[in-house]
Amino acid sequence: MTPKAYRRRLDIKNGRVDLSHGSGGRAMAQLITDIFHEALDNAWLRRGNDQAAFDVAQGRMVMTTDAYVVSPLFFPGGDIGSLAVHGTINDIGMGGAHPLYLSASFIIEEGFPLADLKRIADSMGAAARAAGVPVVTGDTKVVERGKADGVFISTTGIGAVPGGLDLSADKAQPGDRVILSGTLGDHGVAVMSKRQNLAFDTDLVSDSAPLHGLVAAMVEAGGQDLRVMRDPTRGGLAATLNELADQSDIGFRLEENAIPVRPEVAAACELLGLDPLYVANEGKLVAVVAPKAADVVLAAMRAHPLGRDAAVIGEAIEDDHHFVQMTTGFGGGRMVDWLSGEQLPRIC
Amino acid sequence: MKYIDEYRDGRIAQAFARQIAGEVRAEASYRLMEFCGGHTHAISRFGITDLLPANVRMIHGPGCPVCVLPVGRIDMAIGLARRPEVTLCTYGDLMRVPGSRGASLLKAKAAGADIRMVYSTLDAVRIAEAEPSREVVFFAIGFETTTPPTALAIRLAAAKALKNFSVFCNHVLTPAAIQSILESPDVRALGRVRVDGFIGPSHVSTIIGTQPYEFFAEEFGKPVVVTGFEPLDVLQAILMLVRQVNEGRHEVENQYVRAVTRDGNAIAKGEVAEFFELRKSFEWRGLGVVPYSGLRLKQAYATFDAERRFDLADAGGEDNPACECGAILRGVKTPTECKLFGTLCTPDTPMGSCMVSSEGACAAHWTYGRFRDRARSAA
Repeated sequence: MTPKAYRRRLDIKNGRVDLSHGSGGRAMAQLITDIFHEALDNAWLRRGNDQAAFDVAQGRMVMTTDAYVVSPLFFPGGDIGSLAVHGTINDIGMGGAHPLYLSASFIIEEGFPLADLKRIADSMGAAARAAGVPVVTGDTKVVERGKADGVFISTTGIGAVPGGLDLSADKAQPGDRVILSGTLGDHGVAVMSKRQNLAFDTDLVSDSAPLHGLVAAMVEAGGQDLRVMRDPTRGGLAATLNELADQSDIGFRLEENAIPVRPEVAAACELLGLDPLYVANEGKLVAVVAPKAADVVLAAMRAHPLGRDAAVIGEAIEDDHHFVQMTTGFGGGRMVDWLSGEQLPRIC
Repeated sequence: MKYIDEYRDGRIAQAFARQIAGEVRAEASYRLMEFCGGHTHAISRFGITDLLPANVRMIHGPGCPVCVLPVGRIDMAIGLARRPEVTLCTYGDLMRVPGSRGASLLKAKAAGADIRMVYSTLDAVRIAEAEPSREVVFFAIGFETTTPPTALAIRLAAAKALKNFSVFCNHVLTPAAIQSILESPDVRALGRVRVDGFIGPSHVSTIIGTQPYEFFAEEFGKPVVVTGFEPLDVLQAILMLVRQVNEGRHEVENQYVRAVTRDGNAIAKGEVAEFFELRKSFEWRGLGVVPYSGLRLKQAYATFDAERRFDLADAGGEDNPACECGAILRGVKTPTECKLFGTLCTPDTPMGSCMVSSEGACAAHWTYGRFRDRARSAA
């Protein structure tokens, strides 16, 4: 009788991903089992199929996908793993939906330390468990050294929309209030503070967080009076409001003094010549709400831990130019235009 | 945020605005040129013009280092970057400046040139040290403020005996440019531009002091107020200029006393004098060839001079003929008087240099101020 082959454990402490981990052989199976199944464990993954099967509820569903290439991979307040969970959950949530399932695919560069990969997978698992949204299927590819930058992650998610709700970026109307869930720019500045050529000292952490709990509270309070929600990630609040203005054929008028920004973010932006309105967030949302519901939605947001600093920052106005205008804290007027060029590359 | 919020207080701004409105004479007009792009940016970003009476008009000057770099120098940098042995280190805002035939450093980088964005001259020295097989060239631009850091980089490279580091020097001088504006036919002979006073440079003056402006305040009879970059600084300086105009004075006054002295920073000036000498002339976009307005490396440091090292010659590229950057930089035209503004030329697809840097008059107006154009055209 042939003896059973000795199964060498993955050397997570000192080992590195090599091309065999993506080849479809035993090494790949072991990587998936020992790192990903271990970290993300749930009933769907345990069945080991190439797809996850689940029952579908009646009604509307949402589906979204996002790729994560943040640099550095680990930053104060999170890492690419937790970000890949939060970002996709938030894209589901912005449809007013309750997130149900995620998928994750990893593109890993040859030579990437197994310890880092495990740290990322564990963080992803912790984020998924905390949010109550399982990663039910996934994929792993390994590319030659130099063909990627450590690891890239792509996640897809699906969610269910509460009955009757239909949020959409073309629904904002003149007179609607603009509500921001909290301080701007925390994620972008936290990530940048760890960039190799730009490191500066700050206690600031990324705001990366899953917003579906906050969204549920807002949906309960505002219902059909919620017109549209969006998370201001790349391009920041400025990009989000310019998109909404174009899609809804309106303009916006903002009050700079009403927009919450942490002093340390404001200071870092001053130093680096950035504008917090353009810096990325990963745990904030902007909602456009019918005026009559603004107060109750705002109150519901402030009662939620992720919306404590929520504020009405302006309103939608009629404007066929779709300008986003702002009264500055100084008392003058200015536009908040689209970002041109790159303010901060690879922030998510 | 301490030391910032104090200079952006809306209530104090309103108080200054009332004071300015109270002191301007209804029949007079006050055409004030802010030389620096930093002031242009502050004026646009904080909406300062909304706080001024209609007869106080701000004219944007040529003090944006990216904007005044002529096409020929950009072409030289692109040519340099395309050499296989060269790594060109540059500040980020130069990446999109258009050279001849739509070329830019950004496009050259996409096509394979080794171009790296740095935040400090010292980053370039570090790259040269870490990669001895590469010819590392720092693309040095800017006024008196950015010249001392370039001097420091050369000092450091010399101390480390780096054989693969050099500087493509495009440093220029503020007083020469202001004088060129005041002597230009537009201002002197043709009277097309009336400048009643200058908001003097902020950071530049921390280096050179206020003394260099005394000559042309006297010679041309124009008041100069050296001014900080915060919006309250600008409002206070406008008030000071209004008073000088009203009283017929033309003095150099210093609003930015918290950072600027009459003599400036002796150490920084010493570093610049050690490594650089005046060029007989230098071309500025918009102003043309201005005598004794630029710097180059001294002969003793010729090995660090990329122009000598790579035998670079200025090919003298041409601007797009419809581009009005030149007239805009001299204060002859406003951005909206250019046919390209907002049509072919936007910050995403800049045709002229004034649209590239956020300190450029066109980019500042497009990004922060163009909603006012509609109000004007409706009225």
